[in-house]
Amino acid sequence: MIRVQREDFDVGAEMRALTVGNTGIGGLASFVGLVRDMAGGTGDSAMTLEHYPGMTERLLREIDDEAHRRWPLEGSMVIHRHGRLEPGEQIVMVLTASAHRQAALDSCAFLIDWLKTQAPFWKLEETPEGASWVEARASDDEAAARWAKPERDG
Amino acid sequence: MKLLYFAWLKQKIGTDAEEIALPDEVNDVAGVIAWLKTRGDNYATALKDDAVVRVAVNQTYAKRETPVSDGDEVALFPPVTGG
Repeated sequence: MIRVQREDFDVGAEMRALTVGNTGIGGLASFVGLVRDMAGGTGDSAMTLEHYPGMTERLLREIDDEAHRRWPLEGSMVIHRHGRLEPGEQIVMVLTASAHRQAALDSCAFLIDWLKTQAPFWKLEETPEGASWVEARASDDEAAARWAKPERDG
Repeated sequence: MKLLYFAWLKQKIGTDAEEIALPDEVNDVAGVIAWLKTRGDNYATALKDDAVVRVAVNQTYAKRETPVSDGDEVALFPPVTGG
């Protein structure tokens, strides 16, 4: 499942909601992204996340479906926030649940790597020098590329 | 056609959305970008380095050769930076 929202989320509550009543789950992996303070600890570097309503949900659903095709998952939850966020706030959460840890850990890494290079979000950073759009990083593309499937014939 | 712009493309062009009548000779994504550049300095500046611009047609990532027609929603945006 996926959610795109302005409000904060409770990771513990999301974990319980994902696992309650399913004793087939043996491993639950999580990733939580936070707003990092880019202004050297002054707490002065909030950011605003813009997104493309409609396409964002569609892309996240596609990525989530792909994770379920690739790994034997018992459940998953992706939450991404938008709007203005202060340093220390939660931006994104990925939870994946499976019978065994490897599928949970790998699919969680896949989801966050893929999301970072595909989901239509853009960060506008406020710094003491003014607002600037965060540039995409080649290292994020490389992280996502390790999940690319080899092209097959037929 | 509905055109949408995000992040710095929106700022440089000066609007986030517009309805346009597509000229007959424009029939793919590359054609839309080339035509937009002729519509004013704001477009020309925003699309100067158009190789970095990502395009979605009807909310699906598109290539430069993806066909477009008048009823489509076409979005132009920089590489994404979420997560």
